[in-house]
Amino acid sequence: MANSTYPLLEVENLSVAFPVSGGFGFGRRFVHAVNEVSLCIQAGETLGLVGESGSGKSTLGRAILHLERASSGSVRFEGRAITGGLPSDIAALRAQTAMIFQDLFSSLNPRQTIGEGIAEVLRVHGKAQGAAITARVGELLTLVGLDPEHATRRPQALSGGQCQRAGIARALAIEPRLIVADECVAALDVSIQAQIINLLMDLRERMGLAILFIAHDLAVVRRLCDRVAVMYLGRIVEMGPTHTIFDQPLHPYTSALVAAIPEIDPDRPLPADLLRGEPPSPVSVPAGCPFHPRCLHALPACGHGPAPELRHRADHAFACVLHDRSSDSIHPLTKGALQHE
Amino acid sequence: MTLLQVSNLTIEDRLGTALVDGVTLSVDRGEILGLVGESGSGKTLACRAMMRLLPGDGLAIRGGEIRLNGADVLAYDDKRMMAVRGREIGMIFQNPASHLNPVMTIGKQIAEGRRWHFGASRREARQQAIELLRQVGIPDPARRVDNYPHEFSGGMRQRAMIAVALACEPKLLIADEPTTALDVTVQMQVLHLLRDLRDRLGLAVILITHDLGVVAQTCDRIAVMYAGRLCETGGKRQVLGAPRHPYTRGLIECQPSSDGGVGRMVTIQGQPPLAQRFPAGCRFHPRCGRATTECTSIQPEMRVDPGTDNHAAACHHAVSVTNRGMVHGQ
Repeated sequence: MANSTYPLLEVENLSVAFPVSGGFGFGRRFVHAVNEVSLCIQAGETLGLVGESGSGKSTLGRAILHLERASSGSVRFEGRAITGGLPSDIAALRAQTAMIFQDLFSSLNPRQTIGEGIAEVLRVHGKAQGAAITARVGELLTLVGLDPEHATRRPQALSGGQCQRAGIARALAIEPRLIVADECVAALDVSIQAQIINLLMDLRERMGLAILFIAHDLAVVRRLCDRVAVMYLGRIVEMGPTHTIFDQPLHPYTSALVAAIPEIDPDRPLPADLLRGEPPSPVSVPAGCPFHPRCLHALPACGHGPAPELRHRADHAFACVLHDRSSDSIHPLTKGALQHE
Repeated sequence: MTLLQVSNLTIEDRLGTALVDGVTLSVDRGEILGLVGESGSGKTLACRAMMRLLPGDGLAIRGGEIRLNGADVLAYDDKRMMAVRGREIGMIFQNPASHLNPVMTIGKQIAEGRRWHFGASRREARQQAIELLRQVGIPDPARRVDNYPHEFSGGMRQRAMIAVALACEPKLLIADEPTTALDVTVQMQVLHLLRDLRDRLGLAVILITHDLGVVAQTCDRIAVMYAGRLCETGGKRQVLGAPRHPYTRGLIECQPSSDGGVGRMVTIQGQPPLAQRFPAGCRFHPRCGRATTECTSIQPEMRVDPGTDNHAAACHHAVSVTNRGMVHGQ
C-alpha cells in the first residue's frame, strides 16, 4: 500500500471521442464512445463493468490504462495524474497495471514461445535477471495452473483455456496492482470459463489484485465482483455494490439486463420482451436520456434536454428520473461511492 | 411425428479419427431440440452432415443413416440434394455478417430462395420478402427490404438471416449458435422469435448452443455431446433436473446461476481432448470424478433409464431414477 489516502484508481468525468471517417473540418463528427464517466477502484477491489456491445466499456478500459487518448476528464492512479501526466507517472502506471484480452490467440505473439513472452516482460520491467528469469517463468506458469514445461510451447500448440492462462501469467509477470480484464472468459467453453474465474478469485486473494472486469455475462459478474457499473452508450447509468445492483436495480436498463440472464431452470419461461429494439449507434445518441427510445417506463420529459445526471443514495448511483427524490444528492461518484468502507 | 431421424452417424477425417461417432438423434415436427456441447464436440459437424455439407478437407460420412420424412438422405444424388437444402432443411449461423452477401440487398437475398425453389416472379418474391421481414420483426420492412447487410444491426442481421432461411419454407431449421454473438437482451428477442415460429409454423428447430440457460428456456428436448459422442439425451426437465451423465451434471454446475452464488465455482477439471488424442473407453473418463478401470477401456453405450420416458445416457455409472436417492446419500 503505497498511499492509502487515495483510491488505487480514480476516474473523473472521463470522455473519449473518435472522429467518424468521412467528414472534415466543421463537418467532422465524433463518436463519444465514453462520455463523462467517473468511477474509482480501491486496492484489492473488483469492479464489474457491464453493458451491451457498443456501450464503450472496452474503450473505457483502454482509456484507463492510457492506451486510448482521453478527450477530457482525468484518470489518477495512486493519486498521480495519468491523463496529461508526466512520462514518469505513465511509466509508473505501466509498471503496475496489466490487461487481459478476450482474443487469446491474437494477444500472444505466435512466433514467441509462451516462456519467451513472459521472460520479455520480466526483463523489460526489471523484475528478474539472468537465470532467475527461467525460474520466475516456471513459477508464474504454475501460479496460473499451467505446467512449467508449457514455457517451450508456442500459442498455437495450446488450447484456448491454456492460452488464456498464459495471457494471465504474462499480465501477472509485472506484479500488477490493477488488471483490466476485457471479456477474458467470453471466448472460452463453460467448463474452462469456471476454471479461469476461480483463478482470478485465487489471485485476487493472494496478491491483493484490483480488477476491472469488463464482461457482458452478468451471472459471472455477480459471482466475481464487489461492485458493478452498468454502461449504456458511453455513460454509466447505474453503479453500486453487486447485491444492490442485482437485487434492487433502479435503472430500467439494469433491471432488463438482470432479467435477461438465462437461467438453467426448465420451468422458468423466457422472460417477456424486456426492451424494445437494440442499442442505437453511438454516432447518433438520442437526445434526453439516451435510453428513452427503448425504455418501457419513459416519460414525455425523458426525450428532451440533457442526459439525466447520476443520483446517489448512499453507495448506489443511478441516472434515471423515475426514482427522483429531492433528497438524493447529485455529486461526482468518486466522492461518495466508498464512504462506507 | 418424427421428421428427422439420424442413426449411428459417424464422420471421419482422412486419418480415420471419428470426429462424430455413432450419433443417434431424432427431431419431431414442431419440436425444438437443443444440441449442447463444448467447442470441438462435433455438434456443428453432425448438423452439417444432415444437409450433406461437410467442409471439404477430407471429412466423410463413414456410417449411419439420415432419414428425412422416412427417406434416406444419404442415398440422394446431388440434384435431389439441392432440393433438400434450404427447402427441407434451413440453416442459420452464429455470425450473420459473414453468411449474408454484403453486396446484395437483404430483400434480394430473401427473394432468391423464393425464385429458386418456388419459381416466384421478381415482383412476387419482393412482396414475399417484405412479408417475411415483417414476420421476423424488422420494423418498417417495406423500406428495409432495399437495405444492405451493413445497414442492419447485429440482431437485425440475425433476423434477416432467419428470414432468408424461412423464405424456402423449410420443415427443419438448424440454428448454429444463433445468439452467441448477440447481447443478452437481443438474444432474448431472437429466442422469442424462434419459439414463435415454432408455434405458428410448426417449424422443427435444432438449436446448437453451449449455453444451458438458453436451452432450458427454449428447447423441448436436449442432446449433450462430448468429444464426438452423445452422452445424454432426454426431455429438458429430465436432463437438466436429473442429469444422469457426470459431464452433463458438470456442465450444469459450472455455469453460474443468475443469483450468482458465492465462493469458488464448480469446475470440470482438465480440458476437452483434441480429436487426435481421444482417450480410449469413455472419452470423458480423464476428467470424470467417478471413472473406474472399466471406463478407461470399455466404451459405454447409450442406455435408456427404464423408469423414464427415453432419458438415455452413455455412462457405466449413469444415475438412474431408481438408484438416484442412493447415490446422493453416498
